[in-house]
Amino acid sequence: MTTLPLPNNQATTADDILKTAESLRWEVGRDFHERLMEDVYTEAAQLADRAVTYPQQKPRFDLDRTIDRIVTSRLWGFPMMILLFTLVFWITISGANVPSGWLATLLVDMGHPFLKGLADGIGLPWWLSGLLIDGIYLAAAWVTSVMLPPMAIFFPLFTLLEDFGYLPRVAFNLDNMFKKSGAHGKQALSMMMGFGCNAAGVVATRVIDSPRERLIAIITNNFALCNGRWPTQILIATLFIGSTVPAYLAGLVSALAVVSVALLGVMLSFAVSWGLSRTVLKGEVSTFSLELPPYRPPRVWQTIYTSMIDRTLFVLWRALVFAVPAGAVIWLVANVQIGGLSLAEYIINFLNPLGLLLGLNGVILLAYIVAIPANEIVIPTILMLTVLVTGSAGGSGAGVMFELDSNAETMALFTAGGWTLLTAVNLMLFSLIHNPCSTTIYTIYKETGSRKWTAVAALLPVAMGFLITFLVAHSGLF
Amino acid sequence: MSQEKKPLPTIPLTYAGSNCEGCPAHNAGQLLRLGVNMENWDFVIALAGNPNTGKSTVFNALTGLRQHTGNWPGKTVTRAEGGFSYGEHRYKIVDLPGTYSLLSTSLDEEVARDFILFGQPDVTLIVVDATRLERNLNLVLQVLQITDRAVVCLNLMDEAERHGLKVDERRLARDLGVPVVPTAARYRRGFDQLLAAIADVATGRTVCKPRHMKSESGTIRQAVERLTDKLHQLYPQLPNARWVALRLLDGDQRIATAVQNGELGELSRQTPDDVQTLHLEAVA
Repeated sequence: MTTLPLPNNQATTADDILKTAESLRWEVGRDFHERLMEDVYTEAAQLADRAVTYPQQKPRFDLDRTIDRIVTSRLWGFPMMILLFTLVFWITISGANVPSGWLATLLVDMGHPFLKGLADGIGLPWWLSGLLIDGIYLAAAWVTSVMLPPMAIFFPLFTLLEDFGYLPRVAFNLDNMFKKSGAHGKQALSMMMGFGCNAAGVVATRVIDSPRERLIAIITNNFALCNGRWPTQILIATLFIGSTVPAYLAGLVSALAVVSVALLGVMLSFAVSWGLSRTVLKGEVSTFSLELPPYRPPRVWQTIYTSMIDRTLFVLWRALVFAVPAGAVIWLVANVQIGGLSLAEYIINFLNPLGLLLGLNGVILLAYIVAIPANEIVIPTILMLTVLVTGSAGGSGAGVMFELDSNAETMALFTAGGWTLLTAVNLMLFSLIHNPCSTTIYTIYKETGSRKWTAVAALLPVAMGFLITFLVAHSGLF
Repeated sequence: MSQEKKPLPTIPLTYAGSNCEGCPAHNAGQLLRLGVNMENWDFVIALAGNPNTGKSTVFNALTGLRQHTGNWPGKTVTRAEGGFSYGEHRYKIVDLPGTYSLLSTSLDEEVARDFILFGQPDVTLIVVDATRLERNLNLVLQVLQITDRAVVCLNLMDEAERHGLKVDERRLARDLGVPVVPTAARYRRGFDQLLAAIADVATGRTVCKPRHMKSESGTIRQAVERLTDKLHQLYPQLPNARWVALRLLDGDQRIATAVQNGELGELSRQTPDDVQTLHLEAVA
């Protein structure tokens, strides 16, 4: 096509072209980009089809494609996702109880008295043995017995799914919804990482090129329920939600409750992304190609080994590092007395009105303050503080974190502390919707380099958590 | 443009005389790997392709360099350059980041796209994976909208054979309107024909007539035509006005800027006068 030289070159200017383009953009519609891509894909498919001959005339049965058709289908994609994750949590919840009990017996029931005896034997002063053994040692022992078994089950299962090639399919399923929320489709990937650890998820947002969409991904990553919060969810769901149904359904219902909270987190991710992209972080959505890798039979032993080393022990180590000083702090606030009342009681009494207004209590709020360094120690802290407040005989006294022998006793303790189903539900909600842990906050600061956005990322979820728990508390549902 | 030249889309297998000198295989000995020495080049080759198609293997085989590239899209956002000489010409070859498309604007895709558009390579060599032709053609079609001086290197033929796939490269060449050369870069298979095809397109001995996507709904076609007309009014020689129009409709800021500051105008002036005619004369 030879172009005809047009006489009036001066008539058209660059601005004119751009203005025309801008107005035509309204006519071609919002899905222009997708249609363009679709045209390219259709044509490529036709060309490839004409040029390539497969070994048999009939295209072979393709297992990968068949699986993909099911797990990424509009109809079955989401149910399959929920089913798979429920199965994973169900295996985790029902499988972790027994080894958790063994560890608790070993480390707490036997280890703690043994160390106490040892300390008495060498004549340590009460405050030193209290701080070291009742505070630090017990915090570490508790974290180990509660966290190690679920992690040792959950992480290999999750890694197997990842190795098999399922996670990119999840990202594929979620992509469209992220796009509708005005966020980048790759946010699905960083969110997946966030389910392991939010700090890792925040770093993973580096795959997103546009700064606007990356900020959205960073701010909303906290809504991916991280590993440190799974134990809280699992325990509270088992105690309160599981007990509302017959025993044979308890495991399944608890697992479903945990999955619901995780899904709520995903929904909140969408909602907040949507809100941000329409207010402070306006802009166009970018498109990306996601290659779905072939399904591979996972190498089971290697996966179990690497997920134990890289994830389970890594996370456990981090939890211990933070639990140790926290254990000391807890012991101190529970034992430093001013005018007959411990420091902890002063704080709890101060926080109680706000806590009750939110359908929680002062103990939970204080636990969340103590647990800013690591979400992992929320539950032990809550238990210890509840003992302190109720003066219950179940534990070993002020400031001693302990493992109760059975769920029934833990439940009795909570009931004595004035807990209801509402407290449990709101604790699960608040555990999902509150500020990120200090490691994540620091990572956000390093990644964004902005104090303002770090503050937004830290404070927005707390504000939302207060709002949502308040609404639930006053909804009249419980 | 150069439409009156007779199109030779497939690999020219025979030459006048059809003796040994005419055989492309004979020229293989003329490949001289120059490594990072890229001085006094006659032609520039852009090396494009999806990630994981053996692009770097082709690059290394041609230049004698040992360029290591990662597999992740987005990790390689810089470009590697090297040189070789073949026949009486010296070539500079630029290894672009591997991308799946040139439409969306992540950094790697932008680097690749900008080079093909503004860098004005004499030949764009698109390396495709023969075992995943359909996905790879997405990129080929997009490149062909930007430039019509391209050669498709149908790589990983060894793997295709192992899977029992047969790829009809002649049919593909006819459909695409550019030379298609089957290769197995790992074993240096097909490089003689590849080099010959590159030289032919670079010197203008082969004139490509690339497929342009047809298309789309009425509204889009009308919008594209209106913009294309306007672009032609401002830049009468613009070789890829239709593509530019599509980019503008897609809200591509980089292209909008290029229209605004006249960068595109320079392209259209340069293409016919300085570069192309020179090479065509050399052949005629």
